[in-house]
Amino acid sequence: MADNKDIDEATGTDTTGHDWDGIKELNNPLPRWWLWCFYGTIVWGVAYTIAYPAWPLVNSATAGLLGYSTRAEVAEQIAEVEAQNAEVAAVLASADLSTLSPDDPAHRYGVAGGASVFLANCSQCHGAGAAGVQAGGYPNLLDDAWLWGGSLEDIEYTVRHGIRNDTDPDARWSEMPVFGDILSDEEIGQTVEYVLALSGQDHDAALAEQGLVLFEEQCTACHGDAGEGIRDLGAPTLNDAIWLYGGDRETITETITYSRFGVMPAWGPRLDEDEIKAVTLYLHQLGGGE
Amino acid sequence: MAFLDRHQVLERSPTLLFVFSLLVVTIGGIVEIAPLFYLENTIEEVDGVRPYSPLELAGRDIYIREGCYVCHSQMIRPMRDEVERYGHYSLAAESMYDHPFQWGSKRTGPDLARVGGRYSDAWHVDHLLDPQSVVPESIMPKYAFLADTVIDGEQIEDLVSTHRFVGVPYSDEMVEAAAADFRVQADPDGDWDGLVERYPGAVVSNFDGQPELTEMDALIAYLQMLGTLVDFSTFTPDANR
Repeated sequence: MADNKDIDEATGTDTTGHDWDGIKELNNPLPRWWLWCFYGTIVWGVAYTIAYPAWPLVNSATAGLLGYSTRAEVAEQIAEVEAQNAEVAAVLASADLSTLSPDDPAHRYGVAGGASVFLANCSQCHGAGAAGVQAGGYPNLLDDAWLWGGSLEDIEYTVRHGIRNDTDPDARWSEMPVFGDILSDEEIGQTVEYVLALSGQDHDAALAEQGLVLFEEQCTACHGDAGEGIRDLGAPTLNDAIWLYGGDRETITETITYSRFGVMPAWGPRLDEDEIKAVTLYLHQLGGGE
Repeated sequence: MAFLDRHQVLERSPTLLFVFSLLVVTIGGIVEIAPLFYLENTIEEVDGVRPYSPLELAGRDIYIREGCYVCHSQMIRPMRDEVERYGHYSLAAESMYDHPFQWGSKRTGPDLARVGGRYSDAWHVDHLLDPQSVVPESIMPKYAFLADTVIDGEQIEDLVSTHRFVGVPYSDEMVEAAAADFRVQADPDGDWDGLVERYPGAVVSNFDGQPELTEMDALIAYLQMLGTLVDFSTFTPDANR
């Protein structure tokens, strides 16, 4: 305080004038470097609000001299990467995948990009390695068994439109009847034994013989005379050891009694054209592509 | 500088110090908060955003009760990597009827702002019953009990009214039909025309595949609508937001 000027004798420093039983508080000034940094931050703060969007006015806030916008920035970043890939992506988007050479940069771009698309969107059901969920109803995409076809064209169609979803009118669609409403438990039991026989598992031969009659009446229209499956209907092959929901007696009984209704969303509205092609190429080269 | 030296007056009177501190904080608060309520470039009206249907709202309560927000955010930030992975960045309008919002700040699991429609209902059931059955590397706990907990929607009308009280524009009709809408959304065989008219884009499905209406139904109904209300093929973002 200017009017409390009182120099401390020992240090020669001004005191604040506060006095506690003869002990006085020294009034050391703040270090200059600290003070100037402090002033500097104030100036920086004001300059920042001028350079970037900040001050609220009547209808809007100031846009800032630099014209920065988060939305513009992210759009710019995306456009930048898209521009880098534009050429190869355009080739891929318009390519006939079946004639695209594996040496073509667009093919390599597709497989690499398709792996990313798969991990972000498909792996939750089909697994990070595309092996599906064993007996869980999520198909393995690595093997040669395809429900709806494993050609490039078929895979692309499935990715684009999905399976049994309500959102895409072109989705692949088929529905196994709930045989619990059609057949008696006994008849279902017989059919199960026949299906076990078809797939080469232990079964009751007498029951399976009766099951054959029921199978021919009820099942062959979709699953084929020998249980080989019909892809146009998404009807699985029954005469092999590959099962979508499980091939033991109990699970087959459940499948026939209550039916199954696996749904895959349509990815057409969510993925770009080149992303659909990319994930198709990726899936096709995993091992089972036809 | 005589005026600046008068701070002793404030410092020596606790009451005055308190009053002036309050004044400073109030001015700061008004300057920072008030403009958000009137500035045109902070309030973006977006087509398609609607209040939650009663079943979705009940599911949202379960989401909050189970602490899903502790591991899952609902906010896709405007950054390229997030947009590439999760979809269009979140708009403020998409959580305008959230009380409280579920943006979150911690991602142990993935962001859920646009999870709606990405997976089938059956996947959600499998995943909530036992997450590791479909995603082996997941560390999410099991929520199987949701499928066993039957809900009757006894208090759904009160819940909708409460949200109306805090500003969500539920109409009288919506409140009156709340109990019926609550049940019919999980019943594809029911008469759900009114529900879809009141809540455009609401997904009607027997979400958990069981005849009873359970907490599983409500939670999946909520998850399946997340991020689906805005049609981004027609939405043009205004850069100055």
